[in-house]
Amino acid sequence: MFSATAVALAFLLLPIVAIFARVSPGELISQFSRPVVKDALLVSLKANGVAQALVLLLGTPTAYLLATRRFRGRSLLVVLVELPLVLPPAVAGIGLIAAFGRLGLLGNTLNAFGIQLGLTQAAVVIAVAYVSSPLYIRQAIATFEAVDPNLVAAARTLGAGRSRTFFRVVLPLSRRGLAAGESLAFARGLGEFGATIMFAGTLQGVTQTLPVAIYQEFNNDFTTALAMSALLVVVSGALLVALRLTLQWQPSKPTSRFLFAPSR
Amino acid sequence: MATLEADFTLPLRTFALDLALEVSRTVALVGPSGAGKTSALRVVAGLAGPQRGRVALDGEAWLDTASRLSLPPDRRRVGLVFQDYALFPHLSVRANVAFGSRGRAVDALLERFRIGRLASAHPAELSGGERQRVALARALARDPAVLLLDEPLAALDAHTKAEVRHELAELLRELALPTILVTHDYEDAAALADQVGVLVEGRLRQLGTPAELVARPLDAFVASFTGANLLRGRARRGKGALTAIRLESGEDLYSADEAEGEVGVVVYPWEVSVARAHTPDADSALNVVRGQVGSLVEVANRVRVRVGPLTAEVTAASAERLELAAGGVAYATFKATGTRLVPL
Repeated sequence: MFSATAVALAFLLLPIVAIFARVSPGELISQFSRPVVKDALLVSLKANGVAQALVLLLGTPTAYLLATRRFRGRSLLVVLVELPLVLPPAVAGIGLIAAFGRLGLLGNTLNAFGIQLGLTQAAVVIAVAYVSSPLYIRQAIATFEAVDPNLVAAARTLGAGRSRTFFRVVLPLSRRGLAAGESLAFARGLGEFGATIMFAGTLQGVTQTLPVAIYQEFNNDFTTALAMSALLVVVSGALLVALRLTLQWQPSKPTSRFLFAPSR
Repeated sequence: MATLEADFTLPLRTFALDLALEVSRTVALVGPSGAGKTSALRVVAGLAGPQRGRVALDGEAWLDTASRLSLPPDRRRVGLVFQDYALFPHLSVRANVAFGSRGRAVDALLERFRIGRLASAHPAELSGGERQRVALARALARDPAVLLLDEPLAALDAHTKAEVRHELAELLRELALPTILVTHDYEDAAALADQVGVLVEGRLRQLGTPAELVARPLDAFVASFTGANLLRGRARRGKGALTAIRLESGEDLYSADEAEGEVGVVVYPWEVSVARAHTPDADSALNVVRGQVGSLVEVANRVRVRVGPLTAEVTAASAERLELAAGGVAYATFKATGTRLVPL
């Protein structure tokens, strides 16, 4: 059993170790000064920031509804929400083009409003949100389902309406689970490659994210690609830790009561 | 004094809860688990929507299916104390109590329930009795017009229970709110409530004061639930005005009640005397059951003795004087007038 664990851990860590074995800290830092890298990093961070904000804003109420209401077709909806998880990235990219592309299902409608998504940062945001939101929603549903319904009932009988109950009881009790789900979604979004390259393209400074830039550099110069990969590992790792700490942080007692509470 | 009317039908999994109550003081709903007791509280609080019904406080409707009215729980002035108390685990005691207080004085309540020094503690750090007091304080901070208590004493150990029961009885008397209390323990119900309703499979078998239920149980279930001995037998006219009942064991008993056919003989433990020997001429009690002494359980200053199929209650002093011990033989005697005959 121990040897199996050792083999599995070694297998999981080896590629990351291999990257850092071949990139010196100096090379890593020097990557920041290269325009391609700087642009790609900025695009990645901006697109992910917007996409994750959308995921949280739209995914949280969706998950709460699916977790707490019982209606016909609910389990089908839950399966549909998870469907993008099993799609190969190429299929996700094709699907996004077929839906939002210039000649896609919603292409004419979007055109009529003067919206062109192809080769814009909005396209990157859509691709990232598409592939990462199911991870968050899935975890959020499980988290909300685990909240004791009696606590919700107690809040209601104590005079709290639906929204006050949600913000003062359900959300604080779900914070850890939601943080875990959002961490996964964020990690997935930051590494998003296939759907982005197909749907948004590889325009430096506009749609070229860090993973896409690594792929392009890989065709030119493996050493640079290696250094950029090391950078992505460091950035994702740092962001993940920061995100976990922020979302799990338990504010001191007096402020916690007002942090999420809407005015009555 | 305010009056709560509740009259509704709520379909549950295997039966429908069908209840009609008028509550102005404390009504206890007692019955076996799964009888629909908690569901009744949920309907009044607005947490469950019945198929048909009306819930109104002093004529002001909270629920009226006829006019499609149903106020949400937050707009019904109820204080509901949940069976497991449902305290918010992420909030301090003070924040729990303040949750529904809307600016009303929380400190006074904390003091009154002796939880002031626990104000900044979290529910996980409290004992069962403390949690119960926090739950009560939280429910009262909301300024309820109706109080609903779901098994308020079930989560307490036997040691704390007697004391908490006494405090709760005082509190209910003082508040004088329409209160529905749910319990599976008849003694708790009798100690806390003015009226007790026995609920079985969604229906009220009997509603009355604790004394009425004991004096005139309507059926065998109510009788055994109120703590009576229940013996099964076949009744026929006996000598004089008495009814003779032939028990399944072959013994004959006599009752002053009239009945015929299959009946339950109800006799309360305090009507039963216990003796080591039986001398028919020196005893006015007509009924004698000879049996082995089973368990002896001390309850306060009394002892509950099991003699054959009967439980008798004697003073601790008598138990000692009789040198009762498990395994020995004893005679349980009771008067014909101390029995009730109920349909099975």
